[in-house]
Amino acid sequence: MRTLQKAIRENNHNNLSVFFTAGFPRIDSTGEILSILNDTEVNFIEIGIPFSDPLADGPVIQHSSTVALHNGMTLELLFSQLKAVKGKITKPYLLMGYLNSLLAMGIEAFYSKCFESGVRHIIIPDLPIKEYLKEHKPFADKSGVSPVFLITPSTSEKRIHEIDGISNAFIYLVSGNTTTGNQSEMQTGSIINITAMKLKNPVIIGFGINSRVDYLQACALADGAIIGSAFISNISQSKNLKSDIPQFINKIKTINLIGK
Amino acid sequence: MKTYTQTSDGYYGKFGGAYIPELLFNNVDELQKNYKRIIASAVFQKQLKSLLKDYVGRPTPLYFSAALSERYKARIFLKREDLNHTGAHKINNALGQALLAKMMGKQKIVAETGAGQHGVATATACTLLGLSCVVFMGETDIARQAPNVARMKMLGATVIPSVSGTKTLKDATNDAIRYWINHAADTHYIIGSVVGPHPYPDMVTHFQSVISKEIKRQLLKQTGEAEPDYVIACVGGGSNAAGAFYHFLKSKKTKLIGAEAAGKGIDSHETAATLTIGSVGIIHGSKTYLMQNKDGQITEPYSISAGLDYPGIGPLHAHLHETKQASYLAITDDEALKAAKELIKLDGIIPALESAHAFAVLPKMKFKPTDIVVINLSGRGDKDMDTYLKYL
Repeated sequence: MRTLQKAIRENNHNNLSVFFTAGFPRIDSTGEILSILNDTEVNFIEIGIPFSDPLADGPVIQHSSTVALHNGMTLELLFSQLKAVKGKITKPYLLMGYLNSLLAMGIEAFYSKCFESGVRHIIIPDLPIKEYLKEHKPFADKSGVSPVFLITPSTSEKRIHEIDGISNAFIYLVSGNTTTGNQSEMQTGSIINITAMKLKNPVIIGFGINSRVDYLQACALADGAIIGSAFISNISQSKNLKSDIPQFINKIKTINLIGK
Repeated sequence: MKTYTQTSDGYYGKFGGAYIPELLFNNVDELQKNYKRIIASAVFQKQLKSLLKDYVGRPTPLYFSAALSERYKARIFLKREDLNHTGAHKINNALGQALLAKMMGKQKIVAETGAGQHGVATATACTLLGLSCVVFMGETDIARQAPNVARMKMLGATVIPSVSGTKTLKDATNDAIRYWINHAADTHYIIGSVVGPHPYPDMVTHFQSVISKEIKRQLLKQTGEAEPDYVIACVGGGSNAAGAFYHFLKSKKTKLIGAEAAGKGIDSHETAATLTIGSVGIIHGSKTYLMQNKDGQITEPYSISAGLDYPGIGPLHAHLHETKQASYLAITDDEALKAAKELIKLDGIIPALESAHAFAVLPKMKFKPTDIVVINLSGRGDKDMDTYLKYL
């Protein structure tokens, strides 16, 4: 498996990542979707841990979580699904979820299971930086796992530098002040200011990205884009994931010809 | 010595904090940096004091119940929060926060509500202060609390049904937080209890602490003692209890008792007794006890009382429970209904179903005849008439 850092660098600012919820639409969809995405132009993959109360998520991801939980999905099962396919997946994949799921498993157990399942990066939107450094970092480091933190166009410069300092893969820039899946105007001016800060980490834009136009704009402004809700909507209506997923990705990122 | 003070990060012992997505960082940070200064300012103090007196009707009476005293062989006093404007203690916090929001330059308010008491209080405060108001309420609660929905609408609030999750208070709170994320620039979120990210637990406790401040003064006047032997209050999120306990937290004498809702029983899977059956985790931005399964999914609570039907509890209570500075008893639906019936018969007071849980503590206690017991009668029962007619 490529490292996330290498995968992002190779793509020269044109990264495309896709987010999907584990256990949706079916409990055994996780490995299947991962394998299909592995053969597309997607550069890295985010897998959502379904949670009963996802505060930062809009209706589409909420619904996918509800269905996944109804299907019987658990974090324990997700780790075993990942272990089963990890040898076949060459693209880096991350876990994204809420802190309570992690705490219920136990901090040390969570990070060591990440390692065993091929997960090297996690995104936990409600984990404060201070708490990460104090209570998580020792276990995360021991398992070779590192976090990706969110920033928004209104995050202060001081805080962005602090986050840049403790990140080692990329910074997740939320397109605007919004929950996931909302159509919001990309705040171009603020994004330009952020990428002008000479950060050591690449900046990838997510939340509200749902078309090729959004993707191209994110690549022009930053280092790429993450698509979540639009992808989940697409697979929720799909009768044939094997053909629909590549088709969806091809509409966003045809061939890697877009220069910055 | 009891310890209950918060650290600067908003922790009571190991509970509390601010577990929020970055999207809310600026809003919560702005509140954390400003709330104490604004609340302490002379202009804020003057306005709130005058509103609490002339608009809300404070101080609320401390009523000596001769009949309950006779029945339970102790000196029992009721703090009459049910006599507040809008019918419960919720207005103390709603007005305080609405005034704070206005002074912070926010024009819009969002709130969550379960039974509708906090929603009505917030809609009222917004009307009074000229703020626009959006209230999220679970679709299930909208159906079972129709009169309060009508009141909110009459007061000009926009009531939005929460259709996510199980469509009750927990989901209304999620949706209110999501709405705040999407309208962060001009909106203040008035949370209704001592829950949520720092500084909400401390701020709401502050606004509700007027309850124990008055109890202390009134008790001294009526009995010559400023500190009772017991303070008893019901606990959902825990705002009326936090307010009733606050000025007695340092007392060596006063025993603090919270009544949480056991629903159909703590082993029935239909319960809201968070401290009795819950475990530590994160809910609505706070580290506290909550009801969850072993995978960390928050489970749906049940109580006959919509206001106690919450799967978490304020971090102050989690800390008081863990350090044994307060005791929390689980009261079933049946016990609460029985206590309501007794209060109606003995004192001619129809309590809110929530408050009835506090009265149900009385038969479980062994008092000395000299003991002074204060029960916080947090709200009136007008909203619960359907339930009472069905069961009493």
